[in-house]
Amino acid sequence: MYIAYTPNDLFDVNDGENLFSAVDTALREGNREYCSPLKPSFCSAESQIRQQFPLKCPLRDRKRMVSWGGSMELQQTSLAFGISGGSSRVQDKLNKSQRIRHKSTQFDDNLSHEENPRLIYVNDPRMTNDKYEFTGNEIRTSKYTLINFLPKNLFIQFHRVAYLYFLAIVFLNQLPPLAIFGRTVSLFPLLFVLCVTAIKDGYEDWRRHRSDRNENNREALVLQSGKFQFKKWKKIRAGEVVKICADDTIPCDMVLLGTSDPSGIAYIQTMNLDGESNLKTRYARQETTPMVFEGGTVSGLIRCEQPNRNIYEFTANMELKGQRFPLSQSNIILRGCQLKNTEWVVGAVVYAGQETKAMLNSAMSPSKRSRLESYMNRETLWLSVFLFTMCLVVALGMGLWLQRHKDRLDELPYYRKTYFGGRSAGKSYKFYGIPMETFFSFLSSIIVFQIMIPISLYITMELVRLGQSYFMIGDKHMYDTSTDSRFQCRSLNINEDLGQIRYVFSDKTGTLTENKMEFRKASVHGKNYGSSMLTADTWQDTNIAVSRTAAPVGKSRWKLKSEVPVDSELMAFLRKELAGDERIAAHEFFLTLATCNTVIPILTRSSSSSCMDSEFYEDVEAIDYQGESPDEQALVAAASAYGYTLFERTSGHVVIDVNGEKLRLDVLGLHEFDSVRKRMSVVIRFPDDSVKVLVKGLRTLVVASRDLTDAELEEWQCMYEDASTSLTDRSIKLRQTAAVIECNLQLLGATGIEDKLQEGVPEAIESLRQAGIKVWVLTGDKQETAISIGISCKLLTSDMQQIIINGTSEEDCRNLLSDAKAKYGVRTSSRKEEGTMSAALALIIDGNSLVYILEKDLESELFDLATSCKVVLCCRVAPLQKAGIVDLIKSRTDDMTLAIGDGANDVSMIQMADVGVGICGQEGRQAVMASDFAMGQFRFLKRLLLVHGHWNYQRIGYLVLYNFYRNAVFVLMLFWYILSTAFSTTSALTDWSSVFYSVIYTSVPTIVVGILDKDLSHKTLLEHPKLYGAGHRQESYNMYLFWITMIDTLWQSLVLFYIPVFTYRESTIDIWSMGSLWTIAVVILVNMHLAMDIQRWLLLTHMAVWGSIIITYACVVVLDSIPIFPNYGTIYHLAKSPTYWLSFLLIICLALLPRFIFKVLHQTFWPSDIQIAREAEILRKRPNHVQSNPDQSSS
Amino acid sequence: MSLLVVTSNSRFTQQELPACKPILTPGWVITAFIFIGIIFIPIGLASLFASENVVEIADRYDEDCVPSIYASDMLAYIRSSQTNKSCTKSLTVPKKMKNPIYVYYQLDNFYQNHRRLWEEVEFSLLLVSVFPDMSKSRSDKQLRSKANEFETKDCSPEATFLVSNKEMPIVPCGLIAWSMFNDTYGFSLNDKAIQVNKKGIAWKSDREYKFGSDVYPKKFQSGVIGGAKLDENIPLSQQEDLIVWMRTAALPKFRKLYGKIEVDLEANEKITVVIQNNYNTYSFGGKKTLILSTTSWIGGKNDFLGIAYLTFGGLCLFMVISFIFLYVVRPRPLGDPSYLSWNRNPDGLFAQLRCRFLSDILCAMEEF
Repeated sequence: MYIAYTPNDLFDVNDGENLFSAVDTALREGNREYCSPLKPSFCSAESQIRQQFPLKCPLRDRKRMVSWGGSMELQQTSLAFGISGGSSRVQDKLNKSQRIRHKSTQFDDNLSHEENPRLIYVNDPRMTNDKYEFTGNEIRTSKYTLINFLPKNLFIQFHRVAYLYFLAIVFLNQLPPLAIFGRTVSLFPLLFVLCVTAIKDGYEDWRRHRSDRNENNREALVLQSGKFQFKKWKKIRAGEVVKICADDTIPCDMVLLGTSDPSGIAYIQTMNLDGESNLKTRYARQETTPMVFEGGTVSGLIRCEQPNRNIYEFTANMELKGQRFPLSQSNIILRGCQLKNTEWVVGAVVYAGQETKAMLNSAMSPSKRSRLESYMNRETLWLSVFLFTMCLVVALGMGLWLQRHKDRLDELPYYRKTYFGGRSAGKSYKFYGIPMETFFSFLSSIIVFQIMIPISLYITMELVRLGQSYFMIGDKHMYDTSTDSRFQCRSLNINEDLGQIRYVFSDKTGTLTENKMEFRKASVHGKNYGSSMLTADTWQDTNIAVSRTAAPVGKSRWKLKSEVPVDSELMAFLRKELAGDERIAAHEFFLTLATCNTVIPILTRSSSSSCMDSEFYEDVEAIDYQGESPDEQALVAAASAYGYTLFERTSGHVVIDVNGEKLRLDVLGLHEFDSVRKRMSVVIRFPDDSVKVLVKGLRTLVVASRDLTDAELEEWQCMYEDASTSLTDRSIKLRQTAAVIECNLQLLGATGIEDKLQEGVPEAIESLRQAGIKVWVLTGDKQETAISIGISCKLLTSDMQQIIINGTSEEDCRNLLSDAKAKYGVRTSSRKEEGTMSAALALIIDGNSLVYILEKDLESELFDLATSCKVVLCCRVAPLQKAGIVDLIKSRTDDMTLAIGDGANDVSMIQMADVGVGICGQEGRQAVMASDFAMGQFRFLKRLLLVHGHWNYQRIGYLVLYNFYRNAVFVLMLFWYILSTAFSTTSALTDWSSVFYSVIYTSVPTIVVGILDKDLSHKTLLEHPKLYGAGHRQESYNMYLFWITMIDTLWQSLVLFYIPVFTYRESTIDIWSMGSLWTIAVVILVNMHLAMDIQRWLLLTHMAVWGSIIITYACVVVLDSIPIFPNYGTIYHLAKSPTYWLSFLLIICLALLPRFIFKVLHQTFWPSDIQIAREAEILRKRPNHVQSNPDQSSS
Repeated sequence: MSLLVVTSNSRFTQQELPACKPILTPGWVITAFIFIGIIFIPIGLASLFASENVVEIADRYDEDCVPSIYASDMLAYIRSSQTNKSCTKSLTVPKKMKNPIYVYYQLDNFYQNHRRLWEEVEFSLLLVSVFPDMSKSRSDKQLRSKANEFETKDCSPEATFLVSNKEMPIVPCGLIAWSMFNDTYGFSLNDKAIQVNKKGIAWKSDREYKFGSDVYPKKFQSGVIGGAKLDENIPLSQQEDLIVWMRTAALPKFRKLYGKIEVDLEANEKITVVIQNNYNTYSFGGKKTLILSTTSWIGGKNDFLGIAYLTFGGLCLFMVISFIFLYVVRPRPLGDPSYLSWNRNPDGLFAQLRCRFLSDILCAMEEF
């Protein structure tokens, strides 16, 4: 899973602030011997690795010192435990949920394919493709082809069970004894729905086809018979050698053989792959570069793992001229990336087409289903029961009627069971005996009543959600100007869930905070700097004389993209002679900051005429640091501000400008950061041949170094070589190698980096809280940091009682939980009354305890406690634990959960929650890719939930009820009529009218209202967050409303049927006139019903509602003007009679009267909060009173 | 979503278009009810008045016209070709009837809307035609033009007859035509025959477009006799009885126009009707009634609309009074935030608001 990838929150940068003083005091004690206070913590991590992997490295002093490291160590150990072992159960749960929601970004375990490596003969595609059929480079993102479009699209569409129901009805209608509608007509509704979806799918697929075609027909330079010649992308095969020029897109996954840079470095932008815009470095192996430059035959054999989706790992080795060397992630460039800042590269294709990592990762995660939709299915079941009952009544009636008339059936003028004449005279005519006739009558009534289950509802809901998404995307209040990003709707099925969220699980770094790191403080050799921070420019202004004397060559040759404030005292100190322990420590401290990272400097010569520095230095270069983590960039920038400017980095060396002097350092090896070691180190050879290990530990926190003796260097080099060429367990071997040198370190100092809280976060959290939403923060921070963040974003307040759970064993946790429960009187009931607690409680729990709690049977205890607390803070949690906590709530309550995060470590949580929200932040797009909605800032969440969530919920809730009503009233009307046709399932309405009813006559207004209707303005909703409670109480859609609606439907259908029947009870009215009257009456009625409930009349709404009625009339007139129809001329005849119009008026008024009275009574005497707020908003009475008193509203 | 691209910040995309937001204020509700009441009551009165002015004579004759010896077995009487079917009845005109006086026959318990009359027969392929022929148990095509004489597939079980082993079409085919009503009425006043005009009783559109002037009845009622026979020398477009009969009734109790009497009938005049009682309604217990009626703008005699309108109008006025009463008893300032659920004090002034409907009425009664 994700753990391997820089889990930001495991050790958040804010740790720096808190550990800072501890390091400081430890240093001041002056203990700079081997095994300094830093050592135990480093060693302990190492010893923990040893427990898992046998090490060659001799065991050193394993005494654990109880200094600041003591507590750290415990947490470290257990955290690692939590990741490796403790999370298995959560993993299980995740797997469970994967069945429903496929994880698009889950990586295969790449080590499991080792037995069967893929063999690539470089520049010999024939041999490469001889044995195995590797896929070509043609890609296909489209789902369909012209030939399979119809069957495949239909197959996919029929996954919706309701469609199968309608298909069954169409088939029923084809049976000779049952044909009610014209056979073609019965297909129409289903065909319509299928067609609309098919056209939508087809259009999307056509666009994909087009882009595929463009993509496949692009050309790249491929080595063919000794020369690079253009070849279409789709023709490229594995094993071929391809040359890519600057700014070109890479056509397939390739191992770098050589680049325009002699040292083999290349920069790529991986925007298309993971959304990160910064440049990443890739290297060609030194062994292969001569081959490319000398122009000789390119050859070699690459053994690599089978294609997989992990874009962060690549394991392979290469054999060239008998020599074998490793290839890793840094040697491969992936399809979809772009080459930048490099003239050209040459590479060998290893994966092509569908097997490239980009393509393997492009699977979309299937959609979630909204809560309301699952409730809707429950009500659909009720409708089916009604349907069944009605059919049963008709069938039984038919049976009894036949039984009563069975002797005289052939004498009835309107019933005949035998033929009259012709060849079949006397034979039975479509009469299959009374039981069979009864049965057929049942089936045919299903056909007549089929639209009781509203087929159009599904398509209506889809269209409405599309419209709602349009408005959410377009909302300018959710537009992030700093990143120029609009709100994104990645999932179209769960808009209305946003109105019912009860729990928000939030990540901290990058979600609540900006994740823009700023170097704030430093502790060097026991001395604390950072109290007086000035920007570099101001500092230079004031100390210009000093800088001139201390540094004859300008140190401001480099212009950073962002200003970094510097500490004047430290700055002055760095100007001194390089002598004395303290000064050397400072030197090495900044060297480490500048070298021990993976940051790439991008130089651009800037026209610096306007810059005041140009008076002194002509050659000013702008430098932009691009790296994978924002804090590394911050540290490198800080080092530059203090005069240690990193300006060149290749695979073999780095060049640093130290106060004007160029210092070239050879990089012998680099151990990248991983979450187990939690540190990173580089082995550096200085110009004077001394070798040092520079270590940055706890991610960015502590800086240390160590001199390596020749023997140590040799031992390490040997292990390093072996580890980095191995195909199996490379990462474990590398970890072991690192452990050899990352010990007995000398502490140089510590850094403090600040991450600011995002704008508007406290206000947003406060509003969410008022809205009755519980905000839980899940962070990788340590406890103290988490609490201080909690306070700064107003999550925790001073009047809250804090319950802290940080047990170290199962027993411990059990006791802590039960103590807390006893103390604060938490009851074990699943449903709690709000406000029974005397004091507001806040629960703070750490990942360590969560391991025991989530693993064991303490889940319910935690659940009881956590749900009775106002605030829950989880600190030191691993990604999978985040998902585990979400699951804890999701599986035990009916409440809706929302997870919001920005990093890869939040992906599992985002996918687990009912609604996943991604923040487009500094850490790539993994979270966004996995999310349902994505936005730029945390504070937009307030608007998303309180405004759009509320609207969407109200709209969809009403839409569903209205659609049930609309179809039921029509079906019931048919049902009453059938009772007066001797149960013979005759419909008075023409077939076309029945079909058009839900498709044309009444569909547009529901869609328009579902998209545009608005009960309250966004201002009111934001002013009174408590109005969000309507969603929690399910006010817009619930069983009670369903039944009320159904009773209303019953009344309306009776009025609809009986008014014309009584009016024309003894008259010459014919069936088509009656049908025409009913058709128009029902359409006007349902549209008036809708009009009565519309809360906001726009021009568009008027057009939709009245337009529908007009269109219905037009259709009826047109249908009655076609002579081949039996209903020819009906409407002309009818419209002349005043009775016809009077009966309309009576139907509409009488049918809507109960609903109107109910509505008036309800609104007048039992107004809902929404109703009152709406009145206040519209009437604008006493605007001062409307603003709810904060005291009242927060209590 | 690749489909959705929003680029503008217009009032539309921000959902801020000018809109009318109706709200049910007490004034609005009362006005609406008064308005409806004021409209409905006059309409009701007018309808009732119109209906009162219609003079209608109804006479059920199916049982009376069966001689008493057959009273126990009416079926035998009607089936037999030997029995005398004519029957004389006397009707008294209650009020002066102005011409035209419409003569209807009314059938009861007769399901002309039965699906058996509507069924399709042939298993047509789905794609045979985009417009499926909607007529059932009748062939509108055949009725319309001679060229479609053989279009009888929708007419079973009464579609063809065998002529020297060849299936020939029956015109008009199908059960509906076959079951055509065949009682006849002859009216006389003081032994002087009253002319019944049978022209123009069918819809003009039916005569002109649905029944062809070149289509002549053929082999109609040749096998099992169901009802009336047709003169084979008159084209269908002039067979108005058939056209009237073919316009299927909506309900099991229906009237069909028999003809028009174009003279005035004075009050208390006695009309003699000679009825040829041919049609068999006895097999299913159907009733036959002869109706003579004048007409008004509202149609025939029907008090329903008038009464319904009056009642509804009255109800609305009653609503006005009750709502005024309720608003006085329990006024609620609109938009008063103190009524918001989170502002309500459970023990305070608004506690009464919480009591539900029944107890609320009790509260109101206590206050009085």
